[in-house]
Amino acid sequence: MPLERILPSGDLAQDEPQEYLWTMNFGPQHPATHTTLRLVLKLDGERVVDAMPDIGYLHSGFEKLAEHLDYNQYVTVTDRMNYVSPMANNVAWHMAVEKLMGIEVPPRCQYLRVIVAELSRISDHLVCNGAVGLDTGAFTYFLYAFNPREKLYDIFEALCGARFTNSYTRVGGLTGDASPEAIAMIREVIRELPKTFGDMERLLDRNKIFVDRTKGIGVLTKEEAINRGASGPVARASGVTRDLRKDEPYLSYADFDFQVCCATAGDCYARYLVRMAEMRESLKIVAQAIENLPEGPVSIGIRDRASLPPKGMVYSTIEGLITHFEVLMTNRGFEVPCEEIYSATEAPNGELGFYLVGDGSSRAYRARCRPPSFLHFALFPHLIRGHMLSDVVAVLGSLNVIAAELDR
Amino acid sequence: MALELPDNVVITKLDEMVSWCRKNSLWPMPFATACCGIELMATGASRHDLARFGAEVFRFSPRQCDLLIVAGRVVMKMLPVLQRIWQQMHEPKWCISMGACASTGGVFDTYSVVQGIDRFIPVDMYVPGCPPRPEQLIQAIIDLQAKIQREGTMYGREFTRPERQLPSRALRQ
Amino acid sequence: MDAMPTRTTSELKRAFPTAEISEFRGQVRAAVPVSSIGDCLRFLKEQLGFDMLVDLTCVDYLAYRGATSRFGLVYLLLSVDRGERLVVRTFVDDPQPAVPSAVPLWQAADWLEREVWDLFGIRFEGHPDLRRIVLPEQFTAHPLRKDYPLQGRGERHNFPVITRAEG
Repeated sequence: MPLERILPSGDLAQDEPQEYLWTMNFGPQHPATHTTLRLVLKLDGERVVDAMPDIGYLHSGFEKLAEHLDYNQYVTVTDRMNYVSPMANNVAWHMAVEKLMGIEVPPRCQYLRVIVAELSRISDHLVCNGAVGLDTGAFTYFLYAFNPREKLYDIFEALCGARFTNSYTRVGGLTGDASPEAIAMIREVIRELPKTFGDMERLLDRNKIFVDRTKGIGVLTKEEAINRGASGPVARASGVTRDLRKDEPYLSYADFDFQVCCATAGDCYARYLVRMAEMRESLKIVAQAIENLPEGPVSIGIRDRASLPPKGMVYSTIEGLITHFEVLMTNRGFEVPCEEIYSATEAPNGELGFYLVGDGSSRAYRARCRPPSFLHFALFPHLIRGHMLSDVVAVLGSLNVIAAELDR
Repeated sequence: MALELPDNVVITKLDEMVSWCRKNSLWPMPFATACCGIELMATGASRHDLARFGAEVFRFSPRQCDLLIVAGRVVMKMLPVLQRIWQQMHEPKWCISMGACASTGGVFDTYSVVQGIDRFIPVDMYVPGCPPRPEQLIQAIIDLQAKIQREGTMYGREFTRPERQLPSRALRQ
Repeated sequence: MDAMPTRTTSELKRAFPTAEISEFRGQVRAAVPVSSIGDCLRFLKEQLGFDMLVDLTCVDYLAYRGATSRFGLVYLLLSVDRGERLVVRTFVDDPQPAVPSAVPLWQAADWLEREVWDLFGIRFEGHPDLRRIVLPEQFTAHPLRKDYPLQGRGERHNFPVITRAEG
């Protein structure tokens, strides 16, 4: 069967008889899919002619649930959305809620939110790059990437008590202030992580097997990236110089000095490099934020009847007790305008936004999540056409598709 | 007259010896669907190091495994896959339901999430937590090892006892 | 609240006089009748340079105070060069809610439209492959509609039970 009958796009020429093609099922339970993705591949020998992704193996009705939980309760569900970087989801969710309510959070809260969002970006990229390494045969690399995550978990645990599903944010603030121990741990991680990054780069950046398996594989052009709705590292690796932290600065990102990391090749290797570079930039942001961490409260206080008062205040003052009751009572709760708002953040994976419809009650009438993974996984058939079967895992890993965010 | 035994000879029951072998070489099949899957990976990674308990050989083929770890919520579309994998595993086999979602549905009391996998497949050990810490999963494996040692038999008769025939909540209700 | 006129809004208003422009917390929104949504999106992409469809979603206004139509479709557009965002909304009603597909304009609309069809049951005419995407094919309801209960109608319990003996 002549390979030249395959067009440069990877599609078969129309007049080619296609009976010899065979179909292979990939997933939903497969080591390289990490979670629950399913692909039906149409193969010509080992060459992938077409791929049909089948999703929904983790569809748990997040958006329906959002209509039945109030604005503070739903943050626990956003933890489980992109579970590799829960803090980034917490921040995105409460930013949308606060934008709808018109609340401006105090500077210390903004800085702490930036710190946790950037730390979770690092932990997300560590998993993603580690998994790309694992799938292309570098198991040691995966362990190198996974080890510093434990230190990040320790920080999150010191901040909010939970190691993994954090729910750190609340409407108008945070669950609690960062303790001096937590800040000391963050400083320590800032000192230690560059060494880890150096190790990782030395292990893989010029590793011949890895470079051969990722360079030139799954190329996404800039026009396609825009037309198909790619965002985050995937778009930046294709030359789209767009980063919401720079273009639409939210929280206090305008205060920090950092670079937007881009590449032009648009292949798996470029996506890997962009993620590696972004981790260093994130660390720069965290370092600046921790040095300039403003003093003051981490929550807007009880004046707008929007944020929960601290527990000490609830137990010792009448204002605190009343506010606590009023925020939690189902017939009082938050004061939300009957309006619709879209708020987007630069999550580790790309643009994570929430489209919120408020109806005056303390629950969202509709809370649509704009998941970056969903649009990235839709790119997959386009990226894999014409490549070999073994490239499937490399492309899949470099897109960093998180099933819970994909299906919700 | 007592028989003199040298120190390096141990007398035991064959059942117990087989169980001892089995419990110390569990091969888990990670059915990791969601958040708990990341903690499952963390359990296998350097700090917690599941290899200390002889259960580090993760195999993604059900034919090679004897311990199914269901980590994460199982939804309508996924349940037939889970049942198929359970059926493909060879006896003797055990199942750990890791986390609140796999055990009860957790916070996801919604239209598409199965409210506990034990409604549809047998479960030996439940791990609470959302998600459980790696230490909890390790404890569950230790408990399962004790259970295998306690009631294991060479021909798997423990699985055919009447009370083990009621695996699911659906049947018990 | 009336929006500050920008180039986008004035051009849009000139081409589509029926479009209603509004603004909330700095976000510009245009409500377009369903009869002209296809032309409007094409105009926005080709004339005004909104080259990225960020998101496409739907809201079921069944129990919403003051709502006149059942479903509202929301297109979030972005011009990557200018960094300008625009929210385009249109409203459709039972029975047989349908709008023209946006796939010829933005490839990103492919899965987004399938998701809206799956969860809300809105048809996109001209979509190349309008199948369910996250729910099983044999599922009959559209669960994000407001008249569908959170716990479902028992679909999640409808599976065979495997016991140890069958195992």
